[in-house]
Amino acid sequence: MSRLARPRAFLVFVLGLVAIWEGVKLLGGDPLGEWRPPFDWTIARDLNMPHVWDIATAFVEPAQRNGPPLGAVLAAAAGFTLSEAVGGFVFGALLGLVLAVVFVHSALLERALVPYVVASQTVPIIAIAPMVVIWLQAGWLSVAVISAYLTFFPVTIAGIRGLRSPDPRALELMSSYAASRRDVLLKVRLPAAAPYLFAALKVAATASIVGAIIGELPSGIRDGLGGAILNFNQYYISGPSKLWAAILVASVIGIGFFLVVTAAEAVWLRGRSRPADA
Amino acid sequence: MAARAFAARRRVSGALERSRALEASTVVSLSAVHKVFAEGERRTVALEGIELDIARGSFVSLIGPSGCGKSTLLRLIGDLTPTTSGTITVNGKSAHLARLARDYGIVFQAPVLFDWRSVQRNVELPLELGRLPQAERARRAAEMLALVELDGFERHYPWQLSGGMQQRVAIARALSFEPALLLMDEPFGALDEMSRERLNLQLLRVWQKTGTTVVFVTHSIPEAVFLSTHVVVMSPRPGRIVDIIDVDLPQPRNDLTREDPRYFGLVTRVRESLRRRDTHATTDAS
Repeated sequence: MSRLARPRAFLVFVLGLVAIWEGVKLLGGDPLGEWRPPFDWTIARDLNMPHVWDIATAFVEPAQRNGPPLGAVLAAAAGFTLSEAVGGFVFGALLGLVLAVVFVHSALLERALVPYVVASQTVPIIAIAPMVVIWLQAGWLSVAVISAYLTFFPVTIAGIRGLRSPDPRALELMSSYAASRRDVLLKVRLPAAAPYLFAALKVAATASIVGAIIGELPSGIRDGLGGAILNFNQYYISGPSKLWAAILVASVIGIGFFLVVTAAEAVWLRGRSRPADA
Repeated sequence: MAARAFAARRRVSGALERSRALEASTVVSLSAVHKVFAEGERRTVALEGIELDIARGSFVSLIGPSGCGKSTLLRLIGDLTPTTSGTITVNGKSAHLARLARDYGIVFQAPVLFDWRSVQRNVELPLELGRLPQAERARRAAEMLALVELDGFERHYPWQLSGGMQQRVAIARALSFEPALLLMDEPFGALDEMSRERLNLQLLRVWQKTGTTVVFVTHSIPEAVFLSTHVVVMSPRPGRIVDIIDVDLPQPRNDLTREDPRYFGLVTRVRESLRRRDTHATTDAS
């Protein structure tokens, strides 16, 4: 994934993807000008795979008659969804970390509760989301909570592992200094857990976007990307490129969030180990 | 009452010459110490009937074959593992209270530095736990790093240092809060012979400058003789003290010490003492 973070490799990757997309369409899509494709693949038709330039122009064309351009609509929607996702990410990360700290300090609670934490993730989010909406009423908070439901789990699992990662002698050393449990947590366990937590937070960052989009659906919230996706789904036949544009925007904010966490990780863990390319 | 008398004596002896202090005060005292590890049905007697007094300012090595309980003995003194029976007094208190009072610093075979802390912040860790102000922490860290000849490396991170340098940081950290006692568990066991000899000399300089009492676990006979004022020879299964050898080589010791005939004599004595126990053990077994 660190390769993706490098802008040039990322650009090459995107261009390659565009080339493959259009290549498939040239081989099996709809006729393009004088060109008659040798094959006829349903998936490559303009309805299923709109041309890249059609998706691009969809951004500047109005989403509705006489309305603002789709790009502006999607940007506003993305901003709203991102705020829900960031809220969910923060709730989820804090909850996940608190659970991990509790479990590491209490074997009893760990044995009693971890099975339920695991079970919680086997229940589909689609089944949980309507209940959360009923409990908390539709709005930013309910969506953030649904998003948090997806994000706390990796943080808890990685947190338990990370908080247990210090060398036993490091704990003995702290014991020789008569350090309190709080000092051991703050000065040894948490810093030692940081690399584990960042790995989980990267998973959580992208999961929080998915959680926010899914959370918008049963809430009937129209301001976010979930609402936009639902809307463009209904009008797919008349404008498939709009849905593709919405998907593109959703993945862009997902990647963006991921990169922000990766950057935070690089700053936080700076100096700890030999740089990879040194 | 007894504790107070002890403390008073300590204060007086602090002002006296080292030779007088040796007689005047005891930093570590073990009496009738037993340690049994019980794992389910299996009971392993790790230490049996340990009697040992360690005088202030002395450098005591614990030596013996692996499994003789020398590391366990060190951990008992540090209250990192409980005794099964017997009493341990450290700095006039029970081992437990001495740990809570931060009366000793410890160095393990591995440096156990925290990789997210710079060298300076690693040395400052115990001072942070003691809630010392930042300026005072920095001052002491600088002093200790100079003591182990690592000034200039304050901002380095552990991975940037060699194994020997990392171990010196660990020593600086153990001494940063000026404990009365320094416990060392095979601290140079993982180093090559050259670094080991250099660090031995450096440790002796630190010991002389600070006047700290050192208890040093090792399985190297020459190292034990070179460093120590007393070598405690132990035997395994159950761990017992079989001999305490006074090392009266002149101080300060240096490279010439290693060429002194008396040094060889003492190395031989320790070796024979260890071997004698071995033959005993085999006779016992047969």
